[in-house]
Amino acid sequence: MRKIWDIHGGIHPAENKHQSLLNPIENAGIPAQLILPLAQHIGAPASPIVNVGDRVLKGQMIAEAKGFVSAPVHAPTSGTIAAIESRVIPHPSGMTASCIVIDTDGKDEWITHQGVKDYTQLSKLELVDRIRQAGIAGMGGAGFPAAVKLSTRDDKPIETLILNGTECEPYITADDILMRERAAEIIAGAEILRHIIKPNKETLIGVEDNKPEGIAALKKAAEGTGIEIVVFPTKYPSGGEKQLIQILTGKEVPAGGLPSDVGIVCQNIGTATAIYRAIQFGEPLISRITTITGEACERPQNYEVLLGTPVQYLLNKSGFNKENCIRLIMGGPMMGYTLQDTAVPIVKTSNCVLAPTVAELPPPPPAQACIRCGMCAEACPVSLLPQQMYWFARAQEHEKLENHQLFDCIECGACSFVCPSNIPLVQYYRASKAEIRQAQQDKIKSERSKERFEARTARLEQEEAEKEAKRAARMEAAKAKAAAAANAAETSKTDIIQAAIERSKAKQAESADPAQAAIARAQAKRDGGAEEESPQEKTERLQKLLAGAEKRLVAAKEKLALAQEQQSDNADAFATAVSKTEEKLASIKQELAAHEATLAPAKTPAPSTDSTDPAQAAIARALAKRAGAGADESTEDKTTRLQNAIATTEKRLVAAQQKLTLAQEQNDANVGAFATGVEKTQAKLDAAKKELADHQATLGANDTAEQVASDDPVQAAIERAKAAREAQANMSEADKIKQNIESLENRIAKSKEKLEAARAAGDDKADILADSLAKLEEKLAAAQQQLS
Amino acid sequence: MGFLKVSSPHAHGPMSTARVMRLVLLATIPGLFSLTWFFGFGTLVNVLWASITALAFEALALKLRKRPIAFYLNDYSALVTAFLLGIALPPGSPFWLIMIGTGFAILICKQLYGGMGYNPFNPAMAAYVMLLISFPVQMTTWFAPQGSFAGDLLGPIDALRYCFGFGRDTVDAITMATPLDVLKQNNSLLIEDMWQESAQFGQFSGIGWEWANIGFLLGGIYLLYRRVFTWHAPLSMLASLTLLSALFYDGGSSASGGSPLFHLLSGGTMLGAFFIVTDPVTSAVSNRGRLIYGALIGVLIYIIRVWGNYPDAVAFSVLLMNFAAPFIDHYTQPRTYGHKLKDQQGGKS
Ligand code: SF4
Ligand code: SF4
Repeated sequence: MRKIWDIHGGIHPAENKHQSLLNPIENAGIPAQLILPLAQHIGAPASPIVNVGDRVLKGQMIAEAKGFVSAPVHAPTSGTIAAIESRVIPHPSGMTASCIVIDTDGKDEWITHQGVKDYTQLSKLELVDRIRQAGIAGMGGAGFPAAVKLSTRDDKPIETLILNGTECEPYITADDILMRERAAEIIAGAEILRHIIKPNKETLIGVEDNKPEGIAALKKAAEGTGIEIVVFPTKYPSGGEKQLIQILTGKEVPAGGLPSDVGIVCQNIGTATAIYRAIQFGEPLISRITTITGEACERPQNYEVLLGTPVQYLLNKSGFNKENCIRLIMGGPMMGYTLQDTAVPIVKTSNCVLAPTVAELPPPPPAQACIRCGMCAEACPVSLLPQQMYWFARAQEHEKLENHQLFDCIECGACSFVCPSNIPLVQYYRASKAEIRQAQQDKIKSERSKERFEARTARLEQEEAEKEAKRAARMEAAKAKAAAAANAAETSKTDIIQAAIERSKAKQAESADPAQAAIARAQAKRDGGAEEESPQEKTERLQKLLAGAEKRLVAAKEKLALAQEQQSDNADAFATAVSKTEEKLASIKQELAAHEATLAPAKTPAPSTDSTDPAQAAIARALAKRAGAGADESTEDKTTRLQNAIATTEKRLVAAQQKLTLAQEQNDANVGAFATGVEKTQAKLDAAKKELADHQATLGANDTAEQVASDDPVQAAIERAKAAREAQANMSEADKIKQNIESLENRIAKSKEKLEAARAAGDDKADILADSLAKLEEKLAAAQQQLS
Repeated sequence: MGFLKVSSPHAHGPMSTARVMRLVLLATIPGLFSLTWFFGFGTLVNVLWASITALAFEALALKLRKRPIAFYLNDYSALVTAFLLGIALPPGSPFWLIMIGTGFAILICKQLYGGMGYNPFNPAMAAYVMLLISFPVQMTTWFAPQGSFAGDLLGPIDALRYCFGFGRDTVDAITMATPLDVLKQNNSLLIEDMWQESAQFGQFSGIGWEWANIGFLLGGIYLLYRRVFTWHAPLSMLASLTLLSALFYDGGSSASGGSPLFHLLSGGTMLGAFFIVTDPVTSAVSNRGRLIYGALIGVLIYIIRVWGNYPDAVAFSVLLMNFAAPFIDHYTQPRTYGHKLKDQQGGKS
């Protein structure tokens, strides 16, 4: 006999399993309408690929997986798409979510599908992909996409494959009856899984000893396969993944880790049969076995149910008597949640609908004071101190709660079950977990807003400094002008011409060569024209966006607080909304910050040089542009920036994935949100990588000179300038002057335009522009004189 | 549709706080019976009067604190306190003494701290200690047990009259030092001789005391069987007391601290082990913590009994350890699944 380990604590609630085991599995048939939520699994919701009015066939994919942690949805029978809209879904909060509604036609017409003849010929990747395409998500209750769990990494060898047939929750018998009637399918599924995972030690199926018939059937089916059926004493919650792993192997999944960290993969037996059908027959997951039980049902029964079948339809079939029933539970009495609406559909994770009478599960009596009896600590399978956590939860001592490992609580309810004072302990833990998460988010947010504030202060200071510099520069320019005027009065006209020539020469000398000047001009144009305005506009637009998002965030938070106060189950949904809004806000902020960063360096050096010499200014601006704006000019900069972005995104992705796994372990309601987060980060990462790749591609292309011209405006300008220089060298003096005049005229015209625009806008650059215009005109006059 | 919206779990176990308290009350019966058998009806009258006054004080406090009276009285916790105090006090204590005791226990030790579950000290023991310090004479006057003298025990009527003070002098009650007192005072006789000399010694310890202790032991075993508490605290307390008394027994010289059996069956040992040390509210919370908590109480009991100034020491020891319980809790947090104990305590706590 193999060694069986014991878990700490645990309880023995009344099992109440026999009621629903009186009859074999019954096919529930085809209801008139099926409602298929897009999110029946943990992770990102699927996205519809059909339209209203389309006819669909049984097994046809109607919504595809969105990302890695996601699962597609298939039509459970043939019919037409009646609607794609929000419906109430099975969720503790009773919330609505997008569903595809199918009006069934009763023909039950299959789409052509085909199984694999010999799965051993297929690679792991192919098999996992088939499982993914079949939309299989953990059927034991959590609904984690099976393909994700099977995508084990090669550097983490798997020792043990475990199939979970524990079914420790009272009342539920879906797995029990599956073992009794379809043991061969379970074993076949187990063999496929074994082929995929290749555990190097063993494959086990864990079953509690209260299912002797199921065990016998499994043992018979497993003969000669080397798959071992391990039977252990009944105790709740032995069926929790971590608990089962401990019972069968004595190993503990490290906190915050995954079973694969200790060389184990765990799947539910229902999932195994679904995998068998997907591989052997090519059938996607479109039905499951669901227990309908409780004393308010005349005929408790296990049904083979098409996904999307409304609960009401099944209750009707089972002789549901509403009179005696005050609560309707999706799942079992320990971890299930109450339903408000019988129109909700059965989904991939719905193992049970429990309709107890009042006498069976009476409403909870009022809670009394905690007497610190410690029965809860005795019962806790995770070895927590529930009573301490309860005191801390009441006192809102979040730090102490975390030190007492609140987040390791699997919300199994054993502590509440034994508490003699009837304290709804688990409810406190759920609320505290939500509060702590909220607080963490708030902290992140406040840090962000601090950063933002600092950035703003810095920007304002900079603007102030710029204005100051401009004012000083203007004064100097005025002085210089006055001096020039005085000079002009003194010297003769020829002198003036001479001076002009000198100056123009000097300028040419200064700016090294006409090529430089051309660069400067090109840059000046760029700076002065469209670009100058648009960054500001962009800033404004982003700031507006930011304000809007912030407002929305505040509203969402208020709603969340309200929901939490009222202990509403919607709190989860609101929390997700808040976190999403925050995400958006963060991305806008990032964009804004990035934008400002590009803006700032371009701005600073320019104004100080502006007034002294337009040409120099232009060069300076051009250089600044090259140095600062980066994106266009310096390809290396862009590469490093992209690489940096990828690195941070990757980091974020890892963090998000960690969070996700953590949440999954704790069966957390936020899992969906986290999964979406992971998806999004992944998407961002992909986008960044793609950009980098593109960029590198253009980089390669840049090496050839011809391409440069069309690709990069600055380079183009340089090319042009070079060409101009060559042309100029061949020209006569007169031609040169003529050309000079022409270009001066051009510049004056542009300058005027700019000046007008600046004046119209009331810009304080107007003065500077006027200044430079005057200079240009002076130059023109000089040149014209020279020519004549 | 009108379905209930409640969060899981939906099922609840059979245990309730009121049931726990009722079981505790039930478990005192064998001990109470022995006490009555050997010391007369004084203890029963104590318990009765303590119950009445405790309930009255509890109701008063709840009214002042504007809490639903019936709801809280129904948890039986005041009755448990009253029973324990009534049993601990000398049989036939005067009514005012009892009343001061329950008043102190309920009003000061319990309700002032916020009611059941919030009190850091065991109310019955705190009240006992307070009375012992304030009224040492009344608190150390014990009737002689049946069989140690020639007269009759107090009957129910006499006990009532004795308690409420009318015609107290007409009642002919014989008092006697308790065996623990005798042992304490003894410094010349060998244990064996002392046994011979004093009329109040019985088979293992004092007449009556041994049976009262056995009675409470039985009650304790019953409670263990009903899983009202775990074995950790009581057993470790008894174990450490046994160990210490065995260490210092020295075969029974005049300086001997008394045999282990003597200590186990004397004074409030068993009452303490199964009804006081197990008081969940004021003890350590984890099993490991309870082992330490119980063991230290056992050690303190022995130290105070043998080397201290008071003959019995359960109440003092328990109160002292009530102080220490939070520290014990701090250092005995159980190892959570998937965590290493080191990580859990180091740095974080
Ligand atoms: S079981 Fe209930 S009353 Fe007992 S310690 Fe835990 S929370 Fe307190
Ligand atoms: S709900 Fe949490 S604290 Fe309570 S027994 Fe389960 S794991 Fe322990």
